[in-house]
Amino acid sequence: MEELSLHILDLAQNSISAGARCIGIEIEENLALDRFQMVIYDDGRGMSREFVARVLNPFTTTRTTRRVGLGLSLLEMAARQCNGGVEIDSEPGKGTRVRAVFMHSHWDRAPLGNIKSTIIAIISANPQLRLIYSHQVNERSFYLDTAEIITILGEEIPINHMAVLGWLEDYLSQGLAELYGGE
Amino acid sequence: MVATLKSLDDLRKLREQVQGEITERFGGEVKIILGMGTCGIAAGAREVMTAILQELRSRNIQAAVTQTGCIGMCEREPLVDIIRPGEERITYGRVTPVDVKRLVAEHVVHGRVVEDLVVARFEE
Repeated sequence: MEELSLHILDLAQNSISAGARCIGIEIEENLALDRFQMVIYDDGRGMSREFVARVLNPFTTTRTTRRVGLGLSLLEMAARQCNGGVEIDSEPGKGTRVRAVFMHSHWDRAPLGNIKSTIIAIISANPQLRLIYSHQVNERSFYLDTAEIITILGEEIPINHMAVLGWLEDYLSQGLAELYGGE
Repeated sequence: MVATLKSLDDLRKLREQVQGEITERFGGEVKIILGMGTCGIAAGAREVMTAILQELRSRNIQAAVTQTGCIGMCEREPLVDIIRPGEERITYGRVTPVDVKRLVAEHVVHGRVVEDLVVARFEE
């Protein structure tokens, strides 16, 4: 994938397929430690220990249309190429947590890219999902919890109403500009 | 922090504006389904979705935009299904953001299938 935010979108799709009602995306960029970390966790059906042990293998997949599932394999390869790796914790019936770490300054590290459009893509297609997005860049941080937005909107206005998505786009742009501003 | 509060207040004002609107749906919403498996995402499905949301917003069309996983036609991704209420499900393939304006203007709005992008069609 050309952008790490596309891996995030891919992992979120896994969470949705696993029946998640809540997905968390935590990004931490620490230039002093030269570390880029992203964590995607969910409360979906989870995986058995046996499945987790082989899930990074591209021939291990829950897909029925093909015998190959590339998402996690691609992410693991990308992280390993940047002196990092992928760690997966999962418990059947509880959920899954995928952590990917990269050396921040590594020549081969793909940029995070358009995280805003990843967030909006997830929210617009899954209005019932609770999405928690937390992003830290050195000392600055940005936090979004769709539960708070839904509380403000009330029951009648869906979070993926056109006008709300327009507001959300501006809100994210502003938040990200402040996050990276002055770097 | 002050900027954040201001933005959430904007959302509250928006809520009041939107609540007053009457949403008219003649026979149901148009459904648009995008392939969001790893193959779709790698092929550019996210940018297609962004373009679709923007085009719908600029034309003030409320459609049900959702995602699906890989359906096995990976080489034709990004795949976009358009279903107008009571009409055929049309699957478009190798869709790019540039095609979106045409798909919305022709199919979503006027029910005219964009033949050169079709990869499959199903009677519902």
